[in-house]
Amino acid sequence: MVTFDNVGLRYGTDREVLSDISFTAHAGGFYFLTGASGAGKTSMLKLLYLAQRPSRGAIRMFGTDVITLPRDRLPGFRRRLGVVFQDFRLVPHLSAFDNVALPLRVSGVREGELVKPVSDMLEWVGLAHRVDARPATLSGGEQQRVAIARAVIGRPDMLIADEPTGNVDPDMAWKLLRLFEALTRLGTTVVVATHDVHLLRKVPDSLIMRLDKGRLSDPTGALRFPPRRELRAFDDLGVMP
Amino acid sequence: MKRPPVLARAVARSLVPFGGERAASLIPHARLAGPMPWVIAIMVALTVVAAAGGLALSNLVQSARSELSGAATVQIVEPLTVERDRQARAAEVALAGLPDVAGLRVVPQAELDALLDPWLGGGADTGLQGDGAVPVPALIDVELRGGADAPKLTVLRNALRGVAPAARVDAQSAWLGPVFAAIASLQWLALTLVVLLALTSAAAVWLAARSALGGNRGTIEIVHLLGGTDAQIARIFQRSVGFDAAAGGTVGLALGMAAVLVLGGQFAALGSGMVAGGGLGMVDWLLIAAIPLAGVAIAMLTARLTILGALRRML
Repeated sequence: MVTFDNVGLRYGTDREVLSDISFTAHAGGFYFLTGASGAGKTSMLKLLYLAQRPSRGAIRMFGTDVITLPRDRLPGFRRRLGVVFQDFRLVPHLSAFDNVALPLRVSGVREGELVKPVSDMLEWVGLAHRVDARPATLSGGEQQRVAIARAVIGRPDMLIADEPTGNVDPDMAWKLLRLFEALTRLGTTVVVATHDVHLLRKVPDSLIMRLDKGRLSDPTGALRFPPRRELRAFDDLGVMP
Repeated sequence: MKRPPVLARAVARSLVPFGGERAASLIPHARLAGPMPWVIAIMVALTVVAAAGGLALSNLVQSARSELSGAATVQIVEPLTVERDRQARAAEVALAGLPDVAGLRVVPQAELDALLDPWLGGGADTGLQGDGAVPVPALIDVELRGGADAPKLTVLRNALRGVAPAARVDAQSAWLGPVFAAIASLQWLALTLVVLLALTSAAAVWLAARSALGGNRGTIEIVHLLGGTDAQIARIFQRSVGFDAAAGGTVGLALGMAAVLVLGGQFAALGSGMVAGGGLGMVDWLLIAAIPLAGVAIAMLTARLTILGALRRML
């Protein structure tokens, strides 16, 4: 699904912030991206959600080389991604409903067809009573749940989440992890950047991508050749709304 | 105030080509807002006045040309009144027999006196012969079949050479050549003004669109990362800019037309035959009414190109 081959990234003429990154993330894989501050996690995520092109190396996503892809074809790939930003990046003047509906509207879903899924998603993250609330009136945890709902509403092929459980209570964190796991069983590749070591233990089938000074440690080679997982039908899961 | 359902549906339908009402609300500050509709209103008003002036001058020239195209003037430049009158009568007879002459009229002395009155005063006895009299040529207006071109004027001169040696033949349009040249310059000036105003409007919209883009950069980046295309984002700005330009254009058209009507009334009051030919016709008014539409189109196109240009700098 996603392959990085000898990827390097530098900003301007500075030294590389990412060097020789090589891994393959298969459909349905659950990956934790960890590392100290300044290790390159944010840069790695930017490459993953196509906000940045690498300085060298090759990135293949959904079978296509996205480095040489014409710029006007990138939106089609971005629509297959769900992103939870660490600072949420909700649109401040839109309601919780409209923020969650945004990816569907961008994809051209008609108004009549998005009301139910968006309402269901907001209900599932416990915000059914805050559909009309603007981000500024939501707590940090509520904003994070809106951001997560926005990221998964389009059932993305790949979910990229930066500290997605940082502002939610343990129950909600557990619930969100179950959602992410359910998504992997549907074939979604999930990449979660986190500092929370407890979180890593809660998903036993996950693989850990540890960044250290811009380099990816892969002592067992599991990141280059990860085991395949069986995918299940969406209806069997009973997790997603 | 809540809109009636029928109106609400009509408005919603009208917004579909722009990406829908919801999409439009995505970037609330995308509207040019502020002074921009007024800037557009002033630009459109000035353009309307300049265009109306240009069209009026064009009509004036066309009217004068069509009136004068077949007209020629025969002057009998003879200081002696008796001889002048004799040559004038002989010329009248000779011209009447020519096949190219459709009509002719000897300008009466009273009319000549009236023409000269503003310059020579009411007491000038132009018809008298003597030391104190001003020798005024006799004039014959000749209407030729077809245009008063050089070969026809030569035929007239040849016909008059024997019977009226003091006759001078000129096409009337030749007299007004310098006036037509001056009017043509004014027309070019009006056209230049229209073009400059259009460019200025585009520049103003460009600045405003860039400002709006800068003010909404965060939202645009989000839409961009969610898979929004450049065209989708540009459409949102384009639509907002279009509404502002339409509002400004409507006000500008009203202001400009009011100015044109006032000026038109004042020129009409002059009672000049030449100015009367510079009235605006239905087509002219339609062209003037199209100026705000052109303004909206220019504003939307400028906004689109500005936004697309800026978005291309993002990945």
